[in-house]
Amino acid sequence: MDFLTLIQVLDSGVRLATPLIFACFAGLYSERAGVVDIGLEGKMLMAAFLSAAVAFMTGSVLIGLLAGVAGSLMLALLHGVASITFRGNQLIAGVAINFLAAGITVLMAQAWFQQGGRTPALVGDARFEPITLPLAETLQDIPFLGPIYHELISGHSLLVYIAFAIVPLSWWVLFRTRFGLRLRAVGENPAAVDTAGISVIRLRYSAVLICGILCGLGGVYMATALQAGFVKDMTAGRGFIALAALIFAKWRPWQAMATCLLFGLLQSVALRYQSIELGGITIPVQLMEALPYILTIIILAGLIGRAVPPLASGEPYTKEN
Amino acid sequence: MTGSGQTTAGAAPAPAIELRGISKAFGPVQANRDISISVMPGTIHGIIGENGAGKSTLMSILYGFYKADKGEIFIQGRRTLIPDSQAAIAAGIGMVFQHFKLVENFSVLENIVLGAEDGALLKGSLAKARSDLLHLAQEYELKIDPDALIEKLSVGHQQRVEILKALYRQAEILILDEPTGVLTPSEADQLFRILDRLRDEGKTIIIITHKLREIIDYTDTVSVMRQGEMTATVKTADTSPEHLAELMVGRKVLLRVDKVPAKPGDTVLEIDNLKVIDEKGVERVKGISLDIRAGEILGLAGVAGNGQSELLDVLGGIRSGTGSIRVNGTSLPLSGARCSGQHRRAQGIAHVPEDRQREGLIMNFAAWENAVFGYHHDPNYQSGLFMDQTALRDTSEGHIDRFDIRPPIANLAAGRFSGGNQQKIVLAREIERNPDLLLVGQPTRGVDIGAIEFIHQQIVRLRDQGKAILLVSVELEEILSLSDRVAVMFDGQIMGTRITADTDEKELGLMMAGMKAKAA
Repeated sequence: MDFLTLIQVLDSGVRLATPLIFACFAGLYSERAGVVDIGLEGKMLMAAFLSAAVAFMTGSVLIGLLAGVAGSLMLALLHGVASITFRGNQLIAGVAINFLAAGITVLMAQAWFQQGGRTPALVGDARFEPITLPLAETLQDIPFLGPIYHELISGHSLLVYIAFAIVPLSWWVLFRTRFGLRLRAVGENPAAVDTAGISVIRLRYSAVLICGILCGLGGVYMATALQAGFVKDMTAGRGFIALAALIFAKWRPWQAMATCLLFGLLQSVALRYQSIELGGITIPVQLMEALPYILTIIILAGLIGRAVPPLASGEPYTKEN
Repeated sequence: MTGSGQTTAGAAPAPAIELRGISKAFGPVQANRDISISVMPGTIHGIIGENGAGKSTLMSILYGFYKADKGEIFIQGRRTLIPDSQAAIAAGIGMVFQHFKLVENFSVLENIVLGAEDGALLKGSLAKARSDLLHLAQEYELKIDPDALIEKLSVGHQQRVEILKALYRQAEILILDEPTGVLTPSEADQLFRILDRLRDEGKTIIIITHKLREIIDYTDTVSVMRQGEMTATVKTADTSPEHLAELMVGRKVLLRVDKVPAKPGDTVLEIDNLKVIDEKGVERVKGISLDIRAGEILGLAGVAGNGQSELLDVLGGIRSGTGSIRVNGTSLPLSGARCSGQHRRAQGIAHVPEDRQREGLIMNFAAWENAVFGYHHDPNYQSGLFMDQTALRDTSEGHIDRFDIRPPIANLAAGRFSGGNQQKIVLAREIERNPDLLLVGQPTRGVDIGAIEFIHQQIVRLRDQGKAILLVSVELEEILSLSDRVAVMFDGQIMGTRITADTDEKELGLMMAGMKAKAA
């Protein structure tokens, strides 16, 4: 593998890691606040469809983005109503959202566009275009650093940069602000928050809505930047890989980003090579695809330290003394 | 949130807190009925009552968890509405709950600022809290490491954090719900020293408890609650434990257990070098040796979590261990398939587990079903392929009759009975099988005084029939009044064994805190 190929594989890894980062951080906010969300997948799918459909109809990717995020927010709100207000089972609510999104997106795509459950291809302003960072062209001939800057760092769409900006921002919010302290507290012991005179319900709704926005961005990215339109089930389990990454990272922001990059890279390698020769042994591509889940099981089995979720996650809060 | 500034008449200072005619109903249940009290500033006021007497409801109303149906609250003479906890805090009320409301993996400092931050960013809030904490630590002798994680602190220190939380929010009225339930006697003494100090600084303290001794020793005034009503408010100096117990229950209660000296017979249970390692790989019981003879009650004292539960579980066959246990000379298996509750019961070992709701009963099964668990393979209960319903119901009716289980309805789900009656269902099941050895854990936890008296009598009666009894309890008073001998457990080891008559609370308290006993 030459240097340029390596750069290209890494570059594709970054693109593939982007939706994972959005979804993983969506899950981070939700679960840190004590609301388990396996509906990341469904919310992304909804956002992917709505953003593609609206971007196609209006010709504006920004309006598409707003529509996609709004769709994801609606589902997040539904999750909140079911699991916070009505104290339902969060896993079941999440599963329901996944089914709902999987069905409704294809149904609406077929009803609106009659193209077999997909949206028409997006072109021009209906899609996020790569951004060329300043001086990328000029510097690309510098050995080593030039290609890294030109190929790997420059030339991504706006949403990729937003995703990577969310990482330090989230760390700062969670660990340096009052909101973050309360959010983490409500995921560990909601009774402590409640007796301190703060509304558990409001905090958890905020977290779930932030989760909705981030999932929405992930879905929008899939349909309007990574691809050029919506296809049935296009998120292809990324919501679940993001959850796996969240567990692998033990609910910590920087580790979450690193894990998403690793999982993105695995996908990139799996996409590029059908099989990999490693010292005479052929590694099938399926193994690369399964690796995120295998790694997560290893973590859950306690082989690499213990992954302890926020103590109150998954538990609806009821007042008691 | 403060309404019209109505003040109480007279030249005397206004009460720190005054309730007038508070009533609260949950459906058909009247939890609080027309409750009025007033507590003067700079005093310690006790509220005593049985489980279900309405103490917790009253406190929840004061802390804004529930809204009273009727009645008014006056704080420092001003009528105050408390719609939520935020309002309670603003009114100067601080609450220390029985189960602490702390975030375990946060530092002391983070727990203290939570909800009382000074701005959107944490940096300033934490710095201010740190200096305030230093100040409070000096003023009230409440020393604590601000950077320690809660999960690393002892229970006593966690409680201290709760008190500091209230003081940081400038509470003038501190309410403590069952504050000594989880403390060692010496930690409890420390707590009351702190509370004395707070009172001397002019704070008002309300303690809710079911422990008569604490009321008598530490409070200035006391109110008694029974069945949702405030039955009396008296000066502590003018009352006695017997009088308070009578006010609580509504009839004369025998506080001391009436029993003749034990006549110990042959050794029934011999434990030798017993070790237990728990699921996390922690050694919880570290090589214990003990024996119990027929016709005696051995009390096992200790603060919760020092290995008593694990010891009881191994004896009862629901956990495995190493070492040796012999009952009437027969060695018992400590692991494998034959180490089970079923096999133990077949060997004449009955077990009243510590957590009756999780291990002693199936809460949504009827009383008559619960009456035979563990003995349900008895041929007397079988009828061909099915169970003999009549025999089961007869057994249950017998228990209900002889143990005065109320309401006397065999069809009622176990969860619908009160704590005391649930315990009677378990106790009846185990005692009526006439075991050689009774293991009994926390027999009166969450049980009202009237039922405690009955349960204690049953345990003593079994002893007088020549049975061996191992009593595990975190209530030192219970251990002292019931047992013939006392063993104290600390950190998985027996710190020493004493004849009950030759020891006292002070000596046992030191042993419970890990002080090695002097050679007896």
